[in-house]
Amino acid sequence: MATPGKPLIEVVNLEKDYPTGGGVFQALRGVSLSIAAGEFVAIMGASGSGKSTFMNLLGCLDRPTRGSYHLDGRDVSRLSSDQLAALRNREIGFVFQGFNLLPKLTALDNVALPLMYAGMGREARRRQAQATLDRVGLGERSHHTPLQLSGGQQQRVAIARALASRPRIIFADEPTGNLDSETSRQVMGFFSQLNREEGITLVLVTHEADIAAYARRRIRFQDGRVVEDVAQAEATA
Amino acid sequence: MIFTSLFETAWHALATHRMRSFLTMLGMVIGVAAVILMLAIGQGAQAMVRSAIESMGSNLFIIMSGATTTGGARVATGNAPSLTFDDADAIRDLKDLVAAAPVSPGSAQLIYGGVNWSTSVFGTTPDYAVVRDWPMAAGGFFSDADVRSGARVAVIGQVVARELFGDEDPIGKIIRIRQAPFEVIGVLAAKGQSLDGRDQDDAVMVPISSAQQKIFSSSLRNRARFIMAQAVSEKSMDAAEAAINDLLRSRHRIGVGQEDDFTVRNLTAIAETAASTTRIMSLLLGAIAAISLVVGGIGIMNIMLVSVTERTREIGIRMAIGARRRDVLWQFLIEALTLSLIGCGIGLLLGIGGAWLVASLAGLPVAVTPSSVLMAVGVSFLIGVFFGFYPARRAAGLDPIEALRSQ
Repeated sequence: MATPGKPLIEVVNLEKDYPTGGGVFQALRGVSLSIAAGEFVAIMGASGSGKSTFMNLLGCLDRPTRGSYHLDGRDVSRLSSDQLAALRNREIGFVFQGFNLLPKLTALDNVALPLMYAGMGREARRRQAQATLDRVGLGERSHHTPLQLSGGQQQRVAIARALASRPRIIFADEPTGNLDSETSRQVMGFFSQLNREEGITLVLVTHEADIAAYARRRIRFQDGRVVEDVAQAEATA
Repeated sequence: MIFTSLFETAWHALATHRMRSFLTMLGMVIGVAAVILMLAIGQGAQAMVRSAIESMGSNLFIIMSGATTTGGARVATGNAPSLTFDDADAIRDLKDLVAAAPVSPGSAQLIYGGVNWSTSVFGTTPDYAVVRDWPMAAGGFFSDADVRSGARVAVIGQVVARELFGDEDPIGKIIRIRQAPFEVIGVLAAKGQSLDGRDQDDAVMVPISSAQQKIFSSSLRNRARFIMAQAVSEKSMDAAEAAINDLLRSRHRIGVGQEDDFTVRNLTAIAETAASTTRIMSLLLGAIAAISLVVGGIGIMNIMLVSVTERTREIGIRMAIGARRRDVLWQFLIEALTLSLIGCGIGLLLGIGGAWLVASLAGLPVAVTPSSVLMAVGVSFLIGVFFGFYPARRAAGLDPIEALRSQ
């Protein structure tokens, strides 16, 4: 759990530049905010607003050009790429729009993958992966490959993979983008439950208002800046 | 990260692309098989030459009647042999020499009971067994007394013993050599092929005097076609050669500027030349095969590069969920290594099988040595590392965000 009094995520004057043909594209132009442990945050914005860049920085996939990012009190911008990988492995779970499962692996092996990189033995990680699949209600399908599963089931496998190493934070990038509305509702309900019952911090990137409505805080990006940061009542699923 | 997991991952990746993995391996398979086969043939030839040299006897000279041209090719002399038995005795008495045997060679038909066999007949002296370092399998060699008295005794080689006597004991039996009866008093031990490919065991030895009187009916008594002589040691070979030349020139009264009527050849030197020729040949064969091994390695690199490009997204996913750069590097390196080592294994089997085929069908001597197998495995390993490293490093160097974005 987070150190009391300190936010889990704290960014100050975060900036990210991308070199372009003619010069520099400023994807983020000084973002400062903090997210406490156990929050459920929706990040909204049009494409090009900087929300994906922000998400990549928070997810330790990238390092800021300027500004600071503290994750649980650690200055992430100073970590080596190996240390970032370890952080992603242990503290962070990702859920992507396109599921990003490895198509040749079974659901079980997909879920066990982060545990392999954590150095866990074969049997132990299979046990833990199976338990995680049980949690998302796919225990019966553990030996199916992604192509043998429906979109909703694939996304649940992806969620199980994100949960497998028991991370503190889950970043979900348009997690319902490829799902129909009914399945979307189920997935979002599951996210809400995870947040409510297990205290997992959830950061959700979406451009759909009804999906963002599941979160209890809404942050809106525009042109690389935060233009809105409001608390909202939890939607009733 | 645990290595067994890496091997599992690599194995899985290769197993899901069976056809591609197989084709990638094929280069290694052919390369390793070629190396093993070529080395086997080369080493077989070397082994054959080596055993022929060993069977020849050591520190050996052959002194032939007749001169040579400057090119080294012997002139066919229709004339009488210039060398005498006394020449042989005089050579033996030189301080650098231990033995010298005059030899009068020919061929004749042997008859024992109802069986006949044509073979080489060597009229010689007991020194012949000394210079050729030729032990007996049964019985004994004839003596100097037998030579002096022209005794009708014979010592036969293994092939002759087998062809004439079969399972019978030849010792004490009377054989006819060109109608003349000879008593078999000894059987020589097996020697195998000589450097020029003749079977040395297909021969019969008789006292030189008896050969000339009873078999060849030669009018040239006391003359030898050649003399085989053995030097004291390898170091004394040069001194011995000079001494033989001086001795024979003075014995044959050859004046300054006159051409020798004999030729001294250092057989050991000739043998060494033969050995180094086969060594160079086998090196050449190995080098050509090694090129195909390198080509196989390049094939692996090629496919690994394609694989890295194709699997960019997979690499991105792995990085996002916590794979470190070195985990990705190892994953691809181990894949390349697995490919090259499995290819090597199949190549080994094919190469050994091919060597066996060559041995049994073409009758060539082959020798698959542990060192050539070890070398093939070692080189395959190095090729896997060398040609796998670049694609693996490229995979490990990918940016996770870019990689995730790729399709």
